[in-house]
Amino acid sequence: MDKNYHIFCLGDSAATIELGTVINEELNNKILAMQAWLQVNGFDGLKDIIVAYSSLTIIYDPAIIKKIPSVQGLVFEWVKQKLSQAYYLSLPQEEDSHRIIRLPVCYEDEFGIDTAHVSASQQLSRGDIVNIHTASTYRVYMIGFLPGFPYMATLDERLVLPRKPKPIPVPAGSVGIAGSQTGIYPFNSPGGWNIIGRTPIGLFKPDSHGSTLFRTGDRVQFYPVNLKAFQEMEQQELVNIKYEE
Amino acid sequence: MSLSIMRPGLQDTIQDMGRYGYGSRGINEGGAMDRYAAAAANMLVGNENGEAVLEIHFPGPHILFEQNTLISITGADFTPTLNDHALPMWQPIIIRKNTILHFPSLAHGARCYLAVHGGFEIDKWLNSYSTHLKAGAGGYHGRPIQKGDILHCRENTFYFAGMMKEGKDYLPMHWRTAYNKPYQLPHEISFVPGNEWDFLTDASKEAFTQSNFIIHPSSDRMGYQIKGEELQLKEHIELISTGVSFGTVQLLPNSQLVILMADHQTTGGYPRLGHIISAHLPKLAQLRPSDSFRFTAVDVATAESLLFSQVQEQAIIKRACMDHLNELICAQ
Repeated sequence: MDKNYHIFCLGDSAATIELGTVINEELNNKILAMQAWLQVNGFDGLKDIIVAYSSLTIIYDPAIIKKIPSVQGLVFEWVKQKLSQAYYLSLPQEEDSHRIIRLPVCYEDEFGIDTAHVSASQQLSRGDIVNIHTASTYRVYMIGFLPGFPYMATLDERLVLPRKPKPIPVPAGSVGIAGSQTGIYPFNSPGGWNIIGRTPIGLFKPDSHGSTLFRTGDRVQFYPVNLKAFQEMEQQELVNIKYEE
Repeated sequence: MSLSIMRPGLQDTIQDMGRYGYGSRGINEGGAMDRYAAAAANMLVGNENGEAVLEIHFPGPHILFEQNTLISITGADFTPTLNDHALPMWQPIIIRKNTILHFPSLAHGARCYLAVHGGFEIDKWLNSYSTHLKAGAGGYHGRPIQKGDILHCRENTFYFAGMMKEGKDYLPMHWRTAYNKPYQLPHEISFVPGNEWDFLTDASKEAFTQSNFIIHPSSDRMGYQIKGEELQLKEHIELISTGVSFGTVQLLPNSQLVILMADHQTTGGYPRLGHIISAHLPKLAQLRPSDSFRFTAVDVATAESLLFSQVQEQAIIKRACMDHLNELICAQ
């Protein structure tokens, strides 16, 4: 395999291996393979692994790594070697682990707080926006920003528009779009994505596992529901939903 | 064994050395902002570094001790006062029951830490005691402490009351830490240049390292908003989200900076100009809104060696504290 990566430090206690700066399934699969390799071939002082679109960041304790007998000189140099090992030695993951999750979204005015803006800027009717957003199947490329927040792509070109200039308070469950991505806010939070709807399904459970609805690699299809159905679903104990523990 | 909250402070949360292993679920590390002070507070009372501590912001809480308790207070100086007596900091103290600890005025610093011998009786969530306010989990019921809350302490391994003199409310132990070293030159914060550093114009690089920056009042545990000279990139760069860390310095679209702190989000998509070195995070965590500072560039080798000497010094302090405490227990 050719060297096709770039490793850089984030100060003295974190390092990133970047395979590219684009949203790409193949690169994301490789990142997942590297994550799996590091989980099996961990080392003392490895504290956390953060998976992103086409990069993987490890958080580590240099004072602990320093005590590993094979570490001589700079800890970062040793960490760098570990990350390149992860690149060369990790094997592709099985594709069938990619589940398909269908998620209800209410696109009505009450929840689509930026739908009017998207409609004006993209010259689409509200119906068009719903049709386009629900037509594609998205991949969850990463979970970041907030507990359980899925970064999904790739959005149909007709819905691609920049973020809002300033973040505003966004209610939990809000479905947003930003560039070629779509995502869902698990909690009330400031957010800069354009909000076009809301899902009644919880994305994160603060249980003893920190369960998330999605895992990286999942496929997601949205389907529209009206306000009444949304409210009913919100009331229900959604016992049939499987969370990732 | 418990502490009763008579009056809550601005934001008092249970923290430890952070929550790791869940970053790929979007669950951030959290933990004490000033890990040096939090660890020192634990060491002084004979705890492991990672025991739960109470992180206190000013104005602080009023806390009633319902039992005799061995405590220590480190970090910012909010003039800790027991009934009417000023308490020493960075030193273990036995507190007599039915006394009230409060923090009447702010001398310096941004957050202080209270540790109790044996630790607080609190369950871990995802392997950490830290309070995750967003998820409403971890720490004390996932929230800052409020009036009427009772913080239980674990059973004491030895009995302190016998050592107290009649009529005294507290008794400082005879050991303390020389704490000032990590906080020397408080207005000089070192960073290792980040991946997008070279995208800065030469003039902006100079401004970054030569001019003063001010911490904006909107700064909090998530991030420090930094005001100063506007920084420009040579060209516009469009990044996709990547992992970030405690201390990452990002350039926002409005040309201002944000430094990610303990409650930072796990990923970000803004240019990473640099990363504050771990050895300087404690003093950064003690800077207050409107404090000014300068960035000084160092390489990763320097950052590592500064961290190693800090860790080594703490290991020595920890051993000394344990020796003193064991001596005391044996003498009983």
